[in-house]
Amino acid sequence: MADLIARSPCMGLLPLEQGGVSVTELDPGPMTLVAPYKGQAAALSKAMKVAHGVGFPAANTTETGKGVEAAWFGRDQALLIGAVPDAALADHAALSDQGDAWAVVRVAGEGAEDVLARLIPVDLRDSAFPPGRSIRTQIGHMAGAVTRLPDGAVRLMVFRSMAGTLVHDLDRAMTHCAARGTG
Amino acid sequence: MRIAGKGLIDRDTPVHFRFDGVAHQGFAGDTLASALLAQGVRLMGRSFKYHRPRGVLTAGSEEPNALVTVGQGAHADPNVRATVQEIYDGLEAHPQNAWPSLRYDLLSLNDLAAPFLSAGFYYKTFMWPRAFWEKLYEPVIRRAAGLGALSGQPDPDAYEKAYAFCDLLVIGAGPAGLMAALTAAEAGADVILCDEDTRSGGRLLAEDEEVDGQPGHAWAQALTDRLRAMPNVRVMRRTTVTGVYDQGTYGALERVGQHLPHRASLPRACFWRIVAKRAVLASGAIERPVAFPNNDRPGIMTAGAVRAYLNRWGVAPGRRVVVFGNNDDAHRTARDLVAAGVHVAALVDSRHEAQASDAYPVHAGAVLCNTQGRLGLESVTIRTAKGEERIAADTLAMSGGWNPSLHLTCHMNGRPVWRDDIAAFVPKPDMVPGLIPAGACHGAFSTHACLEEGRAAALRALSELGMTAKDVPLAEAEDAPVSLRPLWQVLGKGRAWLDFQNDVTAKDVALAAQENFCSVEHMKRYTTQGMAPDQGKNSNVAALAVLADATGRSIPETGTTTFRPPYTPVAIAAMGAGAEGKGFAPERKTTSHAATVERGAPMIEAGLWYRPSYFPDPGESHWRQSCDREVRMVRESVGICDVSTLGKIDVQGPDAGRFLDLVYTNMMSTVKPGRVRYGLMLREDGHVMDDGTAARLSEGQYLITTTTAAAGQVMAHLDFVAQGLRPDLDVRLASVTEQWAQFAVAGPQSRALLDGLLDAPLDPEAWPFMACGPVKVMGIAARLFRISFSGEHAYEIAVPARYGDSLFRLLVARAEALGGGPYGMEALNVLRIEKGFITHAEIHGRTTAFDIGMDRMVSAKKDCIGKVMADRPGLKGPEREQLVGLRPVGESKEMTAGAHLFEPGTEPVRVNAQGYVTSVGFSPTLGTMLALGFLRNGRARHGERVKLKDHLRQVETLCEVCDPVFFDPDGGRLRG
Amino acid sequence: MRIRCPICGDRDLREFTYKGDAVALNRPGPEAAAQAWDDYLHLRRNPAGATRELWYHGGGCGAWIVVTRDTVTHEILGAVLAEEAEA
Repeated sequence: MADLIARSPCMGLLPLEQGGVSVTELDPGPMTLVAPYKGQAAALSKAMKVAHGVGFPAANTTETGKGVEAAWFGRDQALLIGAVPDAALADHAALSDQGDAWAVVRVAGEGAEDVLARLIPVDLRDSAFPPGRSIRTQIGHMAGAVTRLPDGAVRLMVFRSMAGTLVHDLDRAMTHCAARGTG
Repeated sequence: MRIAGKGLIDRDTPVHFRFDGVAHQGFAGDTLASALLAQGVRLMGRSFKYHRPRGVLTAGSEEPNALVTVGQGAHADPNVRATVQEIYDGLEAHPQNAWPSLRYDLLSLNDLAAPFLSAGFYYKTFMWPRAFWEKLYEPVIRRAAGLGALSGQPDPDAYEKAYAFCDLLVIGAGPAGLMAALTAAEAGADVILCDEDTRSGGRLLAEDEEVDGQPGHAWAQALTDRLRAMPNVRVMRRTTVTGVYDQGTYGALERVGQHLPHRASLPRACFWRIVAKRAVLASGAIERPVAFPNNDRPGIMTAGAVRAYLNRWGVAPGRRVVVFGNNDDAHRTARDLVAAGVHVAALVDSRHEAQASDAYPVHAGAVLCNTQGRLGLESVTIRTAKGEERIAADTLAMSGGWNPSLHLTCHMNGRPVWRDDIAAFVPKPDMVPGLIPAGACHGAFSTHACLEEGRAAALRALSELGMTAKDVPLAEAEDAPVSLRPLWQVLGKGRAWLDFQNDVTAKDVALAAQENFCSVEHMKRYTTQGMAPDQGKNSNVAALAVLADATGRSIPETGTTTFRPPYTPVAIAAMGAGAEGKGFAPERKTTSHAATVERGAPMIEAGLWYRPSYFPDPGESHWRQSCDREVRMVRESVGICDVSTLGKIDVQGPDAGRFLDLVYTNMMSTVKPGRVRYGLMLREDGHVMDDGTAARLSEGQYLITTTTAAAGQVMAHLDFVAQGLRPDLDVRLASVTEQWAQFAVAGPQSRALLDGLLDAPLDPEAWPFMACGPVKVMGIAARLFRISFSGEHAYEIAVPARYGDSLFRLLVARAEALGGGPYGMEALNVLRIEKGFITHAEIHGRTTAFDIGMDRMVSAKKDCIGKVMADRPGLKGPEREQLVGLRPVGESKEMTAGAHLFEPGTEPVRVNAQGYVTSVGFSPTLGTMLALGFLRNGRARHGERVKLKDHLRQVETLCEVCDPVFFDPDGGRLRG
Repeated sequence: MRIRCPICGDRDLREFTYKGDAVALNRPGPEAAAQAWDDYLHLRRNPAGATRELWYHGGGCGAWIVVTRDTVTHEILGAVLAEEAEA
């Protein structure tokens, strides 16, 4: 019997590189939405810390541990990235598997901020958006998540079904920025 | 002609371009206007209404006359101001609004008809006969009057849109703006400095004056270089701030590629949204012309423009210049011209106290009262105490004083105030929250005052932002007082132009007043003064003054019209950049997309999703053949359909059941784990919002589904109920639509198909209709739901999306082995119509649970959203149009969605309408067309006949009314 | 226009969608009089001045918020989470 074959959301679409900016697909591993029940935020954070080494992140931030990350993901929600959630977490929070729901890309390079300024209505300059920031906002017309990674690159997440549009929008913005550079 | 050694152009870099088909040469740093003037070209356009010959009036973005079209075909850009357009090698510019040519424009006959074309002419002259207006007058007038034309083709050029953020936005890089930017930048603020020009300096570029002991332009350049080197400063040149919006948002247009030879990948322009905590407006001032008879001939310019062409571009606009003014700038102009070796034939100063000069004749207390010359100025007539005198001149420089460029301060409805000493409107404080005007736009006209105000504005902004300022010294600069006596118009024979761009004269404004359009807003609309692309920048204040004079009021009493965005024209293509083509909306593709396209299935849009219409088999040439086959396939063997696009929401928590009881009409808290229930959601007004299923995966976890179209709306609604109405309930919602690839496996062979695929075969006892639970496919954890939208024994199987492509291919292969295959939206639609299942064609926002026959699904045991209002009078009862089935019984078998229903024998007009058709399809199962629709009191009318009438498509079909469930009414196939 | 989301901070209008007057939070009980339901569903003030309205931060954190806004000046006077708003 054949096996089911896994495909990544951006398979065949990435990588891209133009004008010193690169876009590559990230494989984040398991991703689980963690939403604490009423009055359980502190207990959840503690359980996360014990099991995964990262607490429940403050709004608009991400906590990074050894191979595990807890990125704030909206009102009373965080995304546990890189580890299958410990069973104890379910005592305090609703858990929803999101490991297949998102196209996850990394935008890096000198002009990355200029490219993203064409798509994202939020101040992403270093001073306003240093490593550790993780927000929900719009990327073009798409609801998404934007995170500054420890190495300074930016991680974008949009719904898996919109991977093609994300790549299209990035490609266009990169083309324009690159053309300016050579003007 | 060029003056040796003068100007900021690069004489080592010649640039070749064409205007009106003629080759010209200029230099790097030239605008189209300066390069043409240097070549002796004065005639650059024809006026809007009368087709009068016009030359360049100004040297800035306010230019009303010298509008040209740049480029060809779909790339053509109309109404480009020659004063803004930089030349580049290969530039092709064309004159506008002239036929057959700029020099011999036949439509200049309009000028002879001027007595019939005065203010409000279209309300008077062309009134009768009435039928002529739309067919004759309007098209002819529109063709004759006008600016550049659009190509009529889609714009193939690239445009951009972008966001920027800063502490302080400085608008304008003249002395005030540069000083504000420096002061703020030195204090560590994030500064964006925008200027619409190609280089900073503002008015300093046009004047022959020193700042800090060096030429003004050099001082500006050095300061700009210093700012550019600071990490917290962003200098944006060629960028016009065009609008002010709420909460510190500014719109700005950057010319990115318009000054360069065309490259497909280079955007022409970028529309910026700049969010600034504070802003300094340092937009300078615009010199105003004086309205005297025939003041519009090519060769007549503002005095400031003459100095700009002279000092910045090294161009003498003529050989014999007359200067006319009411203030000291007239003298400054004459001095600069003489110093450059240009002959000044006369200086005409309306003030009696005007100083004499050794270098040129000064006529004090005199005015210009007429001009001569057909395609360009040849002479002027001046009126002195001694009478009228004609002076030969090819150029006239005129100055009526300066109007502060306060437009942006008015964008949020503020009104400026009048200042008598400079005879101009100036902004009041805080007309726009956070926007501080400084320098000439604030009525401070000396360079010294501009520097001082720029610094003060930045200091105020810094203090409001809680930042500490450093000591920034002021540079040495001129500080001449303003000396001016208002002069708005010179009366005389001939038309005196106020609004050059819309061809409005002083007489038109007086006529408006005479006809009782005394309010400035009425005058504007009656005469069209200020309604051209320059938005009255050159004419507004003078027009007000003439109106004030005609109505016997003061200028402040008369008031101003409202300035609105944009400050200068913005191409729609720039504002909408990125939103055309594939950027219009995101494309959502299912995991089976590639496999579906490989099979040649045409895709249709369902919301943002793309879904297959049908899967053509070899030999099928019409969609109906494929659709009929796919329907039969599901009814007889097994079909596969991607249903991942339905919204899926995880509902978890101790109160999940109570929460769902509130949002669904029926009881969801009693659903047992491992079971699914169909549910209906209402809006609070009692109409149906959506339908779907709620699967209870475990005690504390439901997975609910929404329709594809309503997924976003339902999520927002549930969030509202959870957060806004019942924050006491402990429930957590998460959209998991994208996590799962879900496929319907429908048909009598569905279990056989799954048994061969799942790791363990299905136990029929454990999997009755509406069961759900976890299963494994090749070791992968999956979810199985025994639900059916086809009326057949069917399942939906969900796997993590990464396996979607693989599972779809596998399911299709297995279905084909069993005599089935994939099916698309057309077949899905027919299958559900045969079963009377509803979609948003039926729950279209105006139907209630009662209307669709689901009144009994509204539980009496509990409250739910919409329940109270659904009980309102008029929402239940025989007067309602109710869901019915329809099948053709007469000669015509045609049925169309959108058709209306009538009693046979009644006239098919609105008052007789009994209902309408929502869905139609051909049922290969029953061998007939079927329709669903709404018919007044329809449930009581099964068996009756109605007339289906589609007025648009000329269809009339006699139908029998029946139960909406056409096929397998007792559901034996579904449950079996 | 920009709205200060209590969770995300100052954000562009395009991340938000508008629902209407914050009166929508005061849902009457099922037994309430018809007039109360009519008022709740249909009757809205149209003030020149401060008004409280519901916005959904769907392009951001997913919070429903109550924004107090001046309809004359467009000034935003405050924003709180709907779950914490006084009804």
